Amino acid sequence: MEYLNLGKISLLISFILIIIGFWGILSQKNIIKIIISFTILDTGINILIVALGWIQGRTAPIIDGSVEQAANHNVLNSIVDPVPQALVLTAIVIGFGVTALLLAYAMKLFRAKRTLEINQFNDLKW
Amino acid sequence: MIKNFLIGLVLASFVYMFYNLYESYEPKTELTGIAAHYAENGAKEVGAANLVTAVVVTYRGFDTMGEVTILFLTASIIGFFLKLSKADEDRVIVHKGTSELLITSSQILVPIIFLFGIYVFMNGHLTPGGGFQGGAIIASGIALSIMANPNREINHHAILWIESLSGIAFVMLGILGLALAGGFLDNRFINLGTFGDLFSAGAIPLIYSVIGLKVGAEISNILNKYQKSQKES
Repeated sequence: MEYLNLGKISLLISFILIIIGFWGILSQKNIIKIIISFTILDTGINILIVALGWIQGRTAPIIDGSVEQAANHNVLNSIVDPVPQALVLTAIVIGFGVTALLLAYAMKLFRAKRTLEINQFNDLKW
Repeated sequence: MIKNFLIGLVLASFVYMFYNLYESYEPKTELTGIAAHYAENGAKEVGAANLVTAVVVTYRGFDTMGEVTILFLTASIIGFFLKLSKADEDRVIVHKGTSELLITSSQILVPIIFLFGIYVFMNGHLTPGGGFQGGAIIASGIALSIMANPNREINHHAILWIESLSGIAFVMLGILGLALAGGFLDNRFINLGTFGDLFSAGAIPLIYSVIGLKVGAEISNILNKYQKSQKES
């Protein structure tokens, strides 16, 4: 299994999730389904960023017993990249904010027309 | 028809782009640049066992402040957007009771969930946790209690005070770092302590607890707004 390592598998999963998310945003008619597609897209991008920081055979960037046993007490040679993980923490919070706002908009839109079908909201279409 | 074709075109171009990326991807073999610096000096400079926490709270503290601001902004926009009229505000809706199972389990679980959330954000510098995760866990306890009793009124003023005070405390801790140590949000104005203890890593447990309280209060505020907007006619 030299060819298909963990990094490639997570990369593949993230690409599939991103494409599913874009497909849902572009083709679905129900507003709730569009919001769910946004969260799937978010998840795919987060997995992609974490996967780019992965290094073969290393452990999480938390310095405890398991790190000190590995690689002769050298932190530099026993952990994966901590920076993408910190950035993904930010991205998850922003994704939460976006989803919460979208749901509030969806509630308001439903109150206005009593429907969630995006085709019904054609006031600005000509 | 033309629409489906365009969607297919967009998706096909994404597949093409990702295929090239996938083909040329080679996993990293060692830490480089800023990551190597964090790995080598993080434990010594910051004193946090969890290097992700060291990056989030200290090295990139400004980033985290922006994050908290974004959450606050989201809560305010939702509050502005779902604002009720005076007549709707005074309306009383009595919801149907929920199942006995949910009510009993929420009475047992909600205090434990709160305790777990507090544990997660207090230990943010030692374990894979932190302020945002702990805050989300606390808010999930509030969501469970709302689901078990839909007529429950969340104390709006308490949430507002917790949110404002913890926000002010976060900025004050940052300014203390500026005054007593190397820069804004520097954690070294409190003694770093023994590496790996609960009260170590300087001000990181304090800062992360404040962030956890703020995030928990903000998400509860959003839940409260959603719950109240049911009254809108």
